Amino acid sequence: MSKQPILEITNLHAGVENKQILKGFSLTIYPGEVHALMGLNGSGKSTLAAILAGRDGYDVTEGTVKYLGQDLLELDPEERAREGVFLAFQYPVEIPGVNSTYFLKAALNEIRKHKGQSELDAIEFLALVKEKVKLLDLNDDLLKRSVNEGFSGGEKKRAEIFQMAVLEPKLAILDETDSGLDIDALKVVSSGVNKLKRADSAQLVITHYQRLLNYIIPDHVHVMADGRIIKSGGKDLALELEAHGYDRIVKAAAVAA
Amino acid sequence: MSTATDTIEELVKTEYKYGFVTDVETESAPPGLSEDTIRMISRKKNEPEWLLDWRLKSYRHWLTMTEPTWQKAHHEKIDYQAIVYFSQPKPKKDAPKSLDEVDPKLLETYEKLGIPLRERGRLAGVAVDAIFDSVSVGTTFKKQLGEKGVIFCSFTEAVHEHPKLVKKYLGSVVPYTDNFYAALNSAVFTDGSFCYIPKGVRCPMELSTYFRINAANTGQFERTLIIADEGAHVSYLEGCTAPMRDENQLHAAVVELVALDDGEIKYSTVQNWYPGDENGKGGIYNFVTKRGLCKGRNSKITWTQVETGSAITWKYPSCILLGDNSKGEFYSVAVTNNYQQADTGTKMVHIGKNTSSTIISKGISAGHGQNSYRGLVKIAKSATNARNFSQCDSMLIGSKCGAHTFPYIEVKNTTASVEHEASTSKIGEDQIFYCNQRGIETQDAVNMIVNGFCKEVFKELPMEFAVEAQKLLGVSLEGSVG
Repeated sequence: MSKQPILEITNLHAGVENKQILKGFSLTIYPGEVHALMGLNGSGKSTLAAILAGRDGYDVTEGTVKYLGQDLLELDPEERAREGVFLAFQYPVEIPGVNSTYFLKAALNEIRKHKGQSELDAIEFLALVKEKVKLLDLNDDLLKRSVNEGFSGGEKKRAEIFQMAVLEPKLAILDETDSGLDIDALKVVSSGVNKLKRADSAQLVITHYQRLLNYIIPDHVHVMADGRIIKSGGKDLALELEAHGYDRIVKAAAVAA
Repeated sequence: MSTATDTIEELVKTEYKYGFVTDVETESAPPGLSEDTIRMISRKKNEPEWLLDWRLKSYRHWLTMTEPTWQKAHHEKIDYQAIVYFSQPKPKKDAPKSLDEVDPKLLETYEKLGIPLRERGRLAGVAVDAIFDSVSVGTTFKKQLGEKGVIFCSFTEAVHEHPKLVKKYLGSVVPYTDNFYAALNSAVFTDGSFCYIPKGVRCPMELSTYFRINAANTGQFERTLIIADEGAHVSYLEGCTAPMRDENQLHAAVVELVALDDGEIKYSTVQNWYPGDENGKGGIYNFVTKRGLCKGRNSKITWTQVETGSAITWKYPSCILLGDNSKGEFYSVAVTNNYQQADTGTKMVHIGKNTSSTIISKGISAGHGQNSYRGLVKIAKSATNARNFSQCDSMLIGSKCGAHTFPYIEVKNTTASVEHEASTSKIGEDQIFYCNQRGIETQDAVNMIVNGFCKEVFKELPMEFAVEAQKLLGVSLEGSVG
């Protein structure tokens, strides 16, 4: 019996205001897998992330997205989140005056309610937070502050990973989580991601640079250009990209097509 | 694609849950205002001659005044002859001597509003005076307060029981000549709360007045007077609701606070008068004059207000900082949704030395709501080393509402330090989407973001009120984001 994929994107065409961005994007992700999606700026990586999370303003003109067998595009963003889709934002927004711990507790309890589980009270939640703080070796000061308010770029990304640790998604999409991070922050973030890898969940790591893949070892690497995947391979593909740049692969793909 | 947060504009109907009418027999004056009306009110209340004289002086002065038009709010001309100036639930025999004699329907009304007048309710520890239309229904915890020498009663009762105090302080902070609505109130006020905290006494519980307009075409003109004698402390809460009616109703109250040496008054309001429907029909005109006098050295007055109701809110709870080292504070959250208009803010008048004031104002506009902050910080020549800090933040929800800020600053003393900060933000689709992506639905996200925005003010409210205020904010903004 073959496993059911967590995510199955078939021939996805989508864009904004008559501008086609995704042009026949297909990708299947199974439980336990880490996929890296690489590509130049403008290739459509972040659009894909936005559409998967349900951000408003994109038109899907063709193709399907199945999440655990159901039509993902039919669901509202909050329903997707409650079903286990998590997006680590490239630019996490600030919500002044809203305490980070309070926010995360509200989010977790929405997910728990959806699953038919009892909501955690403050004490139970703090115990969980403590455990995750320890797991990720984080400084819990961030949790006492307002959501992302006044955080440095690195702090925002760490906070995203921390949320992911608490919410335990089935499908985590990391949208350029490495952008703007120095090496130390990059290590912290990637070690978090590695620790959160589980047999029943999957991660889609979107990145521009190969360097993140020094720390996160993907099972599959895909190169994206002009709205679709032009080459897929193992982690060696990332190294090839690093050595020769995107040009060669893009050209080779064009010749093949 | 079926995503949420389609537009940030879509408005749906908001349910105003206090909109019911209580069916009690009332005794009302015919509509209209004249010296006869005033004499009638005074006679009904069995008032002393000096008070009637004061009312008549006020009325005669009012006749010489014209309605102000400088506020940033628009309404049809008010017909002062169409208003009923006196309405009271018909007494069973005479005036109720205790709560047991109060019409059970009235008690039920307050239970429905969540304000238990019987002296063991969920607000245990809060003494309540309830004003129904124009008259006080009953005051709780009188005995316990009496043991400390605290006087907390209806204004009418104070006129009879404590005439010296009333005579001394009535109009001492807001004279009847002050403004159009204050003059009108002085002429026709019918009841209100009176509170006196004697020297050195820290009031053992929160004092609270609950105002309810019930009868149609009735104006509510209440008068509140609070005096903290030397070293006295009091925390006072005020709540208001009204039934849903299609016509506008006028509420023109006057509140006067006096703090003597080392006295401290904390006055908190959660104003939830009926705001009108989603098309702007009906609702209360809330034209109120509230002012506190920090008369003594080291005295302190704090105004905290959460204004979510009324079709039009027009008020500026102010502090006159007369005593040296006195402090004034103003914390405000004003919400306008649908077609509500609010023009609110404060005046901080520094006269004494080393006086300081803090102003934190949060305006939230949704729907077609218009929200204005208007404030004056005045440093007199005598106010050496005066300090003021003002912060005015506005938040916009949707694109049809407006936020306006009118800060006035007058400084006559060079040692003064005045700071003003202002910001305007829009609840971003990005913020809402971020919350959605974490499993939090749009309405909850808006509540969360707005509550975060108001945090600095909510933390100034007494606990029960803070919870109430947060809920109220949620209800007021329900459906403001589609």
